[in-house]
Amino acid sequence: MRTGRMAIAALIVLAALALLPFGSGEYVLGLLTLAFYFAVFAMSWDLLFGFAGEVNFGPSFLTGIGAYAAGLLNHYAHWPIWACVAVGAVAAVVAGVVLAIPALKLRGPYFGLVTLVAVLMLQNIITLFAGITGGEIGLDLPDVLSIDGATNYWIALAFMGISGAVLFGLSRSAAGLILQAAGQDAIQAAALGFNVAKHKLAAFCVSALFSGLSGAMLVFYMGTVSVGTVVDIAVGVQVIIAAVLGGRRTILGAAIGAVFLIVAGEILRPLGQLSTFVVSGVALAVILFFPGGFLGSFGRRRA
Amino acid sequence: MTALLEVAGLTKRFGGLVAVKEMGFSIAAGEILGLIGPNGSGKSTVMKLIMGIERPNAGSVRLDGVEVAGWPTHRIARQGVGLVFQHSRPLHRQTVLENIKLALLPDSLTRLFADRHIDARAREIAARVSLGGVVDRLPATLPFADLRRLELARAIARNPRVVLVDEPFAGLTKHEVADFSALIASFRAEGHAVLLVDHNVKGVAALVDRVLAMYLGEPIAEGSAEEVMRNETVRRVYLGGAIETAARPEAAATGRARLLSVENLGVLYGKAQALDGVELHVGEGEFVSVVGLNGAGKTTLFNAISGLVPHTGTVSWRGETLAGRTPAAIARGGIVQCPESRELFGDMSVRENLDLGGQHFTREESAKQLEWLFELFPILQSRGSQAARTLSGGEQQMLAIARALMMRPKLLILDEPTLGLAPVILEQLSRALERLRQTTDITVLLGEQNVIFALPHADRVYVLEHARIVWEGPPGKFAEEAGAAYL
Repeated sequence: MRTGRMAIAALIVLAALALLPFGSGEYVLGLLTLAFYFAVFAMSWDLLFGFAGEVNFGPSFLTGIGAYAAGLLNHYAHWPIWACVAVGAVAAVVAGVVLAIPALKLRGPYFGLVTLVAVLMLQNIITLFAGITGGEIGLDLPDVLSIDGATNYWIALAFMGISGAVLFGLSRSAAGLILQAAGQDAIQAAALGFNVAKHKLAAFCVSALFSGLSGAMLVFYMGTVSVGTVVDIAVGVQVIIAAVLGGRRTILGAAIGAVFLIVAGEILRPLGQLSTFVVSGVALAVILFFPGGFLGSFGRRRA
Repeated sequence: MTALLEVAGLTKRFGGLVAVKEMGFSIAAGEILGLIGPNGSGKSTVMKLIMGIERPNAGSVRLDGVEVAGWPTHRIARQGVGLVFQHSRPLHRQTVLENIKLALLPDSLTRLFADRHIDARAREIAARVSLGGVVDRLPATLPFADLRRLELARAIARNPRVVLVDEPFAGLTKHEVADFSALIASFRAEGHAVLLVDHNVKGVAALVDRVLAMYLGEPIAEGSAEEVMRNETVRRVYLGGAIETAARPEAAATGRARLLSVENLGVLYGKAQALDGVELHVGEGEFVSVVGLNGAGKTTLFNAISGLVPHTGTVSWRGETLAGRTPAAIARGGIVQCPESRELFGDMSVRENLDLGGQHFTREESAKQLEWLFELFPILQSRGSQAARTLSGGEQQMLAIARALMMRPKLLILDEPTLGLAPVILEQLSRALERLRQTTDITVLLGEQNVIFALPHADRVYVLEHARIVWEGPPGKFAEEAGAAYL
């Protein structure tokens, strides 16, 4: 079965990645750690876009809420990391629901536009209350996950593995099938007796939960929370490109796309400003010529 | 017999348009009711109102005594109403079996694994609709009829007490129609109430217990299929009272030069045969009408002639084949199509729309053409500076025709100009066409489902049915030779 084979392949890759700290330096580990958190952003986004059929143009709204809720709590109240992360995740879900309930009632491109505006508002609020949030510069956090690169790497890898397993399993479940039907043809799904709004809202909550978790964990890896890393529109665009690049409706493809984007950006860093251009060019070419993305094209060739 | 579905006083307005007005009917358990009406009569809206896809402005829909009008679709579905869509839209990444399983799932967020029995049940249903051999294939690899079977399978899976079927036989071959009829009849045998929605009585006559005909949102006749076919009002709606024909005497002359000839034309839309072996010709200065119900293939025929859809067979213009020419080159060659959807530029004024049509000509030529058009359609002159979207439906249609005429076509193709227009507007439009015919030597190819409109001007008539030309002849012979088949 395809699903089974994909899951086994993913497990093998994860096992290989787990051994990496024994043979490579801090630099590579640090890069991949960042990429793994990023991968969770992209996988959460694919659940919404690929399955619920809703384009969330503001994935960084959810990650940003999670990151800042966790960061502020830690900075001002000195709560332990695990509590801050939990609150960050819950905050992202709550903010997501507040946003999604009215937005999902809209048809066509308006859901996407609402999510886009939400990011801009969040970004504005953070800059406006710079006294509390640290504004453009960001906020230093007293706690970090670990000062050891390998430990950080393993935490991120495990987190990505668990998130991926949950999201992938969900997408292949009975509830995931209904979600996919709701995303592709809402009227037909409703005529089959499914409450489309309920399923889409649930998908949004799950997406928000993992985005928030990942955002919160990321700031405790970096030891700082700033607009540029978790809220900026550009971050959201990267998440979207990663997911589309990896392959829509595959969940696992989104993770591959995210790692590719981060690693490629780093390898091309010597090109300076040009690196972004080259990476974007590659992404554009893949989207134009292989709209199925990395995993989509692979799956089609086999079929 | 007690009614399973009872509809009363059902009314739906879209803005100022009353799409459904005080509709009422009931269907008993184990009964099939055919709801028929020409395009735009509101029958699909009735179906959507029952299913909750549209919310009624007034009226009641009772399902086994429970009032469901105004409920959201998924609740009505769970209460026991199923809809077989005309166009099948399966999940493309899932197999046929998974698509059927979907319909068997409960509406649950927490159900991660389907129950064991669901697999067996899905296979059972697949076998019942003759999909047993293809359950592991992806929908994209299935022929058209099998996709429709999949649609039926999903309805069976929900086991609804009331089944609504939208145009059950559209695009199917004779053999497949028999198969589907048997499946639908089995719903009846199991005590379901069935509503069949279709364009004409003929298609569903063999299957239905009763027929309800509607026109312009209102019921006009109810009874057995034979009774409804004999009904005077129904005949008038479909055929016109006494069909007046006014073929020009010279039209009888066969010595006209062939302007357009279509030979063995075939068009496939995915897996549906939209046109099959169509032969048609139009002589210079002739007015030819192609009549056929919605879905018969009229628009496809015109699009094939205009080079807008890929086709097999040949289309030749003045003896030369049009194969390989772009739609723009064909239009410049003199074939101008005035599409069903009108395609006006809504925010531009009437004058601007017309000027766009005449932009290939010099200013003087263009002005002359405009003057002639204002003579033909005086209303357009007084509306000159008004935005096109603010015109009434009839005025928009006149503008669309006028814009097409601005391009000085040799052959003007009019696709369903009467669509959605009130009878009084039809008369105005009809007069304009008559003037056009008498004052110019323009060649016209008109596609219509409204026979009353299509026949009076025509020199010759073709009847298109299920992708094929089934009759050709002078309008005077239409009523006796082809009229009955058209109901």
